[in-house]
Amino acid sequence: MEDLSKYPLQLDGNDVPVVRFMNVTKSYGSLTVLDQLDLDVTEGEMVSVIGPSGSGKTTVLRMLMTLETINSGVIYVDGQPLTHMEKKGVLVPADQKYLRKARAKIGMCFQHFNLFPHMTALQNCMEGPVQVLGMSKKQAQERSEELLSLVGMIEKKDQHPSRLSGGQQQRVAIARALAMRPKVMLFDEVTSALDPEVIGEVTNVIRNLVNEHNLTMLMVTHQMGFARDISDRVCFFFAGKIEEQGKPADLFGNPQRERTRQFLSAVKEAD
Amino acid sequence: MFDWRWDFAWEILPRLLMATVNTLIAAGAGYAIALVLGLVFALAQRTPYRPVTFVVRESVEFIRSTPLVLQIFFVFFVAPQFGIRLSPWASGMIAIGLHYAAYLSEVYRGGLESVPKGQWEACTALNLTPMQSYFRIIVPQALPPSIPGMGNYLVGIFKDTPMLSVIGVAELMHTANAIGAQSYRFLEPYTMVGVIFLLISLPTAWLIRIFDAWVRNKMGMN
Repeated sequence: MEDLSKYPLQLDGNDVPVVRFMNVTKSYGSLTVLDQLDLDVTEGEMVSVIGPSGSGKTTVLRMLMTLETINSGVIYVDGQPLTHMEKKGVLVPADQKYLRKARAKIGMCFQHFNLFPHMTALQNCMEGPVQVLGMSKKQAQERSEELLSLVGMIEKKDQHPSRLSGGQQQRVAIARALAMRPKVMLFDEVTSALDPEVIGEVTNVIRNLVNEHNLTMLMVTHQMGFARDISDRVCFFFAGKIEEQGKPADLFGNPQRERTRQFLSAVKEAD
Repeated sequence: MFDWRWDFAWEILPRLLMATVNTLIAAGAGYAIALVLGLVFALAQRTPYRPVTFVVRESVEFIRSTPLVLQIFFVFFVAPQFGIRLSPWASGMIAIGLHYAAYLSEVYRGGLESVPKGQWEACTALNLTPMQSYFRIIVPQALPPSIPGMGNYLVGIFKDTPMLSVIGVAELMHTANAIGAQSYRFLEPYTMVGVIFLLISLPTAWLIRIFDAWVRNKMGMN
């Protein structure tokens, strides 16, 4: 067991990041997926995570959504530990009750949308606000309709997911996640399962969020052009570590590391 | 030889129809118990508490591996030795309900396992409690694929109600036996029982198929 006493119980100071990964390691048996990761995301920042498959980029998001446990290190959200909780002055792994409270600030969109198939688009969006936030149905419906308008899906609000295209489903999924008013939004390869002609409608929604809303966002993507366009920062992951990170213009325009160059040119060829 | 007597058939028809009502009540009540208890068994096998999972799984296995008739006898004749004295009806409903609950739990289990893992992840991302996740998201999706299996066991439980005659529940088979014993005529009562079962089973199976399609459509799953 790792000695957790070296980690602060909470982050203090003026510029506490919204998300902080501190020395986070994740492994499955002998396979290390993330290796002592340190990563800060500041308020309102849009961070893109790129890298070859198996480099641990999706794992970063899944840990932040508490879909995966971590093997060492601590993740903080808003200065408070997410993966751990305080007990008698030291950090211990969080229990289910604590996790439920802590992850309320995080929202996530998935590669395969994961909409609830037995509910309409509107019901999908209302489920969390009514069941979890305890909102009245009327209030939840108003908010959901607002968000469905935001993603351009208000006309399809009474359709079940099976009647919607992939791009439409993903837009509903974005509205559903936003309905929970998360502080941090996670996008996990949200365009990877889409037909090329509908990718634009999803990226436009995300672009809109970046421009109009002060959300903190982490996005795993294979679309380099999109990442370059909208990110404040791009992190290139390789073998469970951040190999290189920086402003999109720098990272894409003038990569410093050999592996970054190799990856970017390989991706370019594939395009 | 073939000696079918229509007048006798007409004479015993009202009695058999009365017994049919009992058969339907027995099947309906037994099935209702099995539906609810089966879901409890299925969910209990998925809890993180190993002892609960173990006990329930082994019990289901035990029930499925022993004959229904034996279970009926046990509840009716053996339970009184432990101070549990139940009427034939109550014993029969418990035995047949438990028996089919064990089978239905396997149907539900298949349905629950067919729900993609991503649905659970969406539940977590929306911060639903495990209870909310099960009863609002997972179980509603597990039911449609379970309907054909559930329908099979509805017809199955209906056809198994004659077993209740062994402890004196006055359903169709019991009544047909009684008629035979009184009149020494077996051809008409048994034939008529067979026809009555057929006339109920076939439309039921057909209705289940329609219901299945309707539910899938309703849930936007086709």
